[in-house]
Amino acid sequence: MKGFRYLKNVVTLKLDQPACIGCGRCLEVCPHQVFELAGKMASIRDRDACVECGACALNCPVKAISVESGVGCASGMINEWLRERNLRAPGGSCCS
Amino acid sequence: MLQTKTRPAGPFKIKTIRRKTNSECSPSSSCCSEESSPGADKPPCCGPPTSKGGGVITDKVPGFIEWLNTPIGRIPRIDTKLGFADHLGACKARWALGRMDFIVPSGLYALGHPTATDPVLVTANYKMSYDRVRRELSGRNVWLLVLETFGVNVWCAAGKGTFGTGELVRQIKATGLTEIVSHRRLILPILGAPGVSAHEVARRTGFKVDYAAIRAADLLTYLDHGMVTTPEMRQVTFNFYDRLVLIPVELVMAMKSVAIVGLVTLLTLSALSNVTAGITGFCAYIGAAVCGIALGPLLLPWLPGRSFAVKGAFTGLLWCGLFYVVAGGTAWNGAITAAFFIALPAISSFHTLNFTGCSTYTSRSGVKKEMRIALPVMGSSLVISLILLLAGRFL
Repeated sequence: MKGFRYLKNVVTLKLDQPACIGCGRCLEVCPHQVFELAGKMASIRDRDACVECGACALNCPVKAISVESGVGCASGMINEWLRERNLRAPGGSCCS
Repeated sequence: MLQTKTRPAGPFKIKTIRRKTNSECSPSSSCCSEESSPGADKPPCCGPPTSKGGGVITDKVPGFIEWLNTPIGRIPRIDTKLGFADHLGACKARWALGRMDFIVPSGLYALGHPTATDPVLVTANYKMSYDRVRRELSGRNVWLLVLETFGVNVWCAAGKGTFGTGELVRQIKATGLTEIVSHRRLILPILGAPGVSAHEVARRTGFKVDYAAIRAADLLTYLDHGMVTTPEMRQVTFNFYDRLVLIPVELVMAMKSVAIVGLVTLLTLSALSNVTAGITGFCAYIGAAVCGIALGPLLLPWLPGRSFAVKGAFTGLLWCGLFYVVAGGTAWNGAITAAFFIALPAISSFHTLNFTGCSTYTSRSGVKKEMRIALPVMGSSLVISLILLLAGRFL
């Protein structure tokens, strides 16, 4: 994103290019222009810009994209870890 | 933007949590099961804790003008102009006041005098989303399909799956949309895509989904230019104003925990030393927390590093420098000075790291990595500074 870059080489986005049918849906739904169409096939243009929202994976009609999407804030993750250990999260709400 | 506030929160990969039944998983509870996935059909697992949904459409819906008689019954025609109450409600919501009730009933609405050939736009039932969309569509004839997202904005609701395939299909059927429009096309916000599977909606309802734009402000341009999305309409932003409007609600939400920790600091330092030390520690802590919550996010692009934890630590350091001068730090001994300079950046760092939940450009994996490194560092810093304070007392 213009003026902002997050950590390098962390995202879990994967594209199975041979499965791609070149519909371009991933380009339409990505809010960070991660994909481009190269020769009627999607390719990853800017992996580090991915926010792992999962829109591309959910909207790919041939399931060629996979990404581990999920709650992305520190307190949400602390709550998640606490719940994994069967502890009550302070505040109670899971993702706000 | 069609939405603001937190970033998407998607499927929760929780291995050991007790699996809850659907009846337990009401939106008013706060459970999250591993089964919750965007686009799933079942009821959402984690809406805001107190929201019971938007209820049913009556003549009390915001902006109501009149009933429109259609083949499927009466549909409310709503105003594209916002009133004082709408603006006041938005201001209050920014400060977390009445935010859980800032909601409209889900269902079909009419803007202007739409006919069977006019477009159908889809949005969330967070009132700010609803207001933003209707405000932008002045002078147009469109149908507005509002999904039940339990008062959550489009992007967050899409991440939770409430703005999702299941709810969209449900609303299409419940409203009898096929009876009212002759075309089979839906216009969705791009930020709804993490919850909606376009091909799945097409398969199940025959409606083709078009993702129009990220911001409601671009809707008119989209409609007036042959429904074409320009690259700019697809570009999410996070400018100074975008960040500024998020600060009040962050401050209010952190207030309780910050007050408790502040009080503990006050009492501990008072007990260890004297009341003056207690008050000094209290002020230093509150300042560091506020810097982490407000200053870090505001100065985000100008603070060094990519990591939010590092950026936050810098704001803490800035505060530390200022506090040292204002509070007469020159009178402190070496150990106490070091304790302040170690603890305060850690506190600010924690709060700025938490802002990743509001940012529009951070990834879950990135935040995970930051936390794995930053949380132990923050914890150690606090322990070291406590030891230094204890040592300083006897120096």
